Amino acid sequence: MSDASTTLEARPRISLAGPADFVALLKPRVMSLVVFTAAATMIAAPGSLHPVLALTALLCIAVGAGAAGALNQWFDADIDAIMTRTRNRPVPSGKVSPQEALEFGATLAGFSVFAMAFLVGYVPAALLASTIAFYIFIYTMWLKRRTVQNIVIGGAAGALPPVIAWAAATGDAFAALPWLLFLIIFLWTPPHFWALALAGSDDYARAKVPMLPVVKGSRATRVQILLYSVALVAAALAPFALNLVGPVFAVTAAVAGVGFIGLAAVLYFSVETKERASALRLFAYSIFYLFALFTALAVDKLIGFAPL
Amino acid sequence: MALTPEEERKRKQRNWAIAGVLLAFVVLVFVVTIVKLGGNVANRPL
Repeated sequence: MSDASTTLEARPRISLAGPADFVALLKPRVMSLVVFTAAATMIAAPGSLHPVLALTALLCIAVGAGAAGALNQWFDADIDAIMTRTRNRPVPSGKVSPQEALEFGATLAGFSVFAMAFLVGYVPAALLASTIAFYIFIYTMWLKRRTVQNIVIGGAAGALPPVIAWAAATGDAFAALPWLLFLIIFLWTPPHFWALALAGSDDYARAKVPMLPVVKGSRATRVQILLYSVALVAAALAPFALNLVGPVFAVTAAVAGVGFIGLAAVLYFSVETKERASALRLFAYSIFYLFALFTALAVDKLIGFAPL
Repeated sequence: MALTPEEERKRKQRNWAIAGVLLAFVVLVFVVTIVKLGGNVANRPL
């Protein structure tokens, strides 16, 4: 009996993770939004990048985003294990070891930047490397557990893919439109995540993550969501005001913007029993909003309306 | 050390996945090279 237990203890751990577990480490749903914003920006960008190079750039952005997600899950495994929403992720559920997640994420991060540099260009590669580094070192390791402004500042990483895509298409990292798109996603991130955090603030409190609803309470969060929503809608109208996009984008930004502010106002005024439902509705709508806005950006260019 | 059938199966799956990804990368580099060379392939000095 004791011999058997000794043998079991001495046996090294052999991974039981399958390819699907590693795909889950890439956070495919987050990746889809990142790739979509990048793809729409690439369509809207001037110039004629060969479709193969455009797809290569998008693949590099997708893999880079996935790598950042994997590294985030390696570092945050302790938090993920506590939170209901994340405890079934591959690392906390034990399907993938932290070491495997680290090696997988680091390898893919290196690969994506290397491939972007040598197959597409050095400027988008430098931006991609900065984005991954910002997400891991600034957001995940530094801000997330320390400040209530974690997702506000950390949101810069998720906002950069349009800039990377524009740089891949044109070689220019300083054009106005991609940075306005950056600003839109940057201002979109706080109401998007705080709506989710409002719906699951107990989770964040147990994990000791200083999200706004946990630290400042529900009322302050709802005020901040409303303020950021107004700023977001104003920022989304700016590209048309500056004659950088066409009317499809302008109409979408205006109409969808009214919906965004409307739902943020509903959440602001909602009574305690309806707060969770209102927050989840705003969260779902925010995803639709971003998809709609970037679809409009691409449509404007495809039908020849965009003044680019 | 002998692997259990489940460990063996998962390892095989991972190996095939890595092989597929590497093969796809080789194809990608080849295609991008051809695209970048473009018409210049025909114009090179022989």
